[in-house]
Amino acid sequence: MRILALALRRLAASLPTLLIILAGLFLLLQLAPGDTVDALAAQMGGGDPAMMARLREFYGLDLSVPAQLARYMGRLVRLDLGFSAIYGKPVAAVILERLPVTLLLMGSSLSLAFAGGMALGVLAARRVNRWPDTLISTLGLVFYATPSFWFGLMGIVLFAVNLGWLPAGGFEEVGAGHTGLRRAVDIAWHLVLPTVTLTLIFLAIYLRIMRASMLEVMTQDFVRTARAKGLGETAVVVRHALRNALLPMVTLIGLQAGTMLGGSVVVESVFALPGLGRLAYESVVQRDLNTLLGIVFVSALLVILVNFVVDLIYARLDPRILAGR
Amino acid sequence: MQAFRRYLRNPAAVLGLLLLLLVIGVALAAPLLYPEDPLDLAGRPLQWPGANPRFPLGTDPSGRDIAAQVFHGARVTLLIGAVATLVSLGIGILAGALAGYHGGWVDDALMRVTEAFQILPSFLLLLVLVAVFGSDLATVTLAIGLVSWPATARLTRAEFLSLRSREFVQACRTLGMGDARIIFREILPNALPPVIVYAGVVMATAILLESALAFLNLSDPNVASWGNLIGAGRGVLRTQWYVSAIPGVAILVAVLAVSLVGQGLNDALNPRLKAAA
Repeated sequence: MRILALALRRLAASLPTLLIILAGLFLLLQLAPGDTVDALAAQMGGGDPAMMARLREFYGLDLSVPAQLARYMGRLVRLDLGFSAIYGKPVAAVILERLPVTLLLMGSSLSLAFAGGMALGVLAARRVNRWPDTLISTLGLVFYATPSFWFGLMGIVLFAVNLGWLPAGGFEEVGAGHTGLRRAVDIAWHLVLPTVTLTLIFLAIYLRIMRASMLEVMTQDFVRTARAKGLGETAVVVRHALRNALLPMVTLIGLQAGTMLGGSVVVESVFALPGLGRLAYESVVQRDLNTLLGIVFVSALLVILVNFVVDLIYARLDPRILAGR
Repeated sequence: MQAFRRYLRNPAAVLGLLLLLLVIGVALAAPLLYPEDPLDLAGRPLQWPGANPRFPLGTDPSGRDIAAQVFHGARVTLLIGAVATLVSLGIGILAGALAGYHGGWVDDALMRVTEAFQILPSFLLLLVLVAVFGSDLATVTLAIGLVSWPATARLTRAEFLSLRSREFVQACRTLGMGDARIIFREILPNALPPVIVYAGVVMATAILLESALAFLNLSDPNVASWGNLIGAGRGVLRTQWYVSAIPGVAILVAVLAVSLVGQGLNDALNPRLKAAA
């Protein structure tokens, strides 16, 4: 219960930040050339000034800027993100359709980066400054320096075009009519390349943090105590050092959540996945600002939510956080 | 001088420096080796590298010389990377210095804004800025700087927090110096080294952000950027994959160079950190 109270307090502290984001988004909307009515008029192939004035009145665009800001905030609080002129639906509905794909991609990449980074980081720390460490650290650096979309493209060339092992893009076989488990397997098959692509960027950061954290933990007194009472090296690493070394890794999930969302824009575009990131790209191309700002708002909510969960996990992993209060 | 010698003893840092010099050399050589516009039609499209001695790296789907685009791309990449980094450091240092020095409500307000920028995925924010303000070279560069300053601000703030109550600052106050002079002339030079080292990370990220934007065709289409070339090669990926592959290697080399130099500087300037790691 105290964990929850602590995390909720942190959540409340992020509210002013969210307000700043909303005000910033509104400001950007004001700066953008043309408004919703202009976009609608362009969609309909022009409109007469009287009708456009009526529409502006309908959308509240004739009010003063502070009044508009208040209306905008009021709408967002009710999760009313406006109407997408391009898709002909409320923005919230469009986003909700695309959200599961992105969450699936992010979830699987995050798990893979976390598990891979943990394993490689421990391995590098156990063999510090010898060839496994050098090899792992070098690979990590190369992954970090490579643009993710390029990895994705080369993955398509190698595994989809030349070897024919994996599909080149898409979320599932269209028109195959798979249901249930077969559909799940098909989707998983399509997500292998995108997941690995998105993972590679973060793998480097996770393994570097894990290596440093492991090296630090291994020098602490409780590790010496564990060794002194006769525990084997594996037991010391797995049961005592690992749990403590994991704390910075968990922090990293919260810090990287936003970057991961940004990375999925590029990866989803490379692999033609119908997710939130691709929607963001499409709405830039089609000048659909309502949808774009809606995505930014939802992403901010998502990042705050991830950080809330990270706080909960953190308190669970490290009882000292609660005892310190 | 000692730091410089420590830097040269680190093989990874030396490799980074050599790669960086290579990229700078390529950028400087571009107008000499390829004086024509790299985006002009040069020959038959889609010639493989080595197939025609005139085009050592081949031609792209529009018949433009890939080697010329790679050479001129180094200029664009370094320019965008350097200017975006300067913009980002400028905003970050200013915000961090003011927040750390003044504390209180100034600190609260500035840190809320910093958090707002940290919560928003930077690439998404970049997309919004490009959608609103357009995508010419100057706008893209400014926008990249504008989305990547929060970490610098936090770093500078932490330095200022620990420096502002030192005796030399109190001495400055006793002498009757103004806040601006204390911040920029007295504290900032002491707070700068970790920030400068961090610039390597900022520049690497800036280069990657620009290449991703260019790959999506959302950057300036009128400059020979590596990301633009990768995007152009995407349509012929199945058969002429080299069009996308070659500029990707160039980006890899540039980002690797910048991050290795940054890391090398860090190890050379903070030898204790290296020993602890």
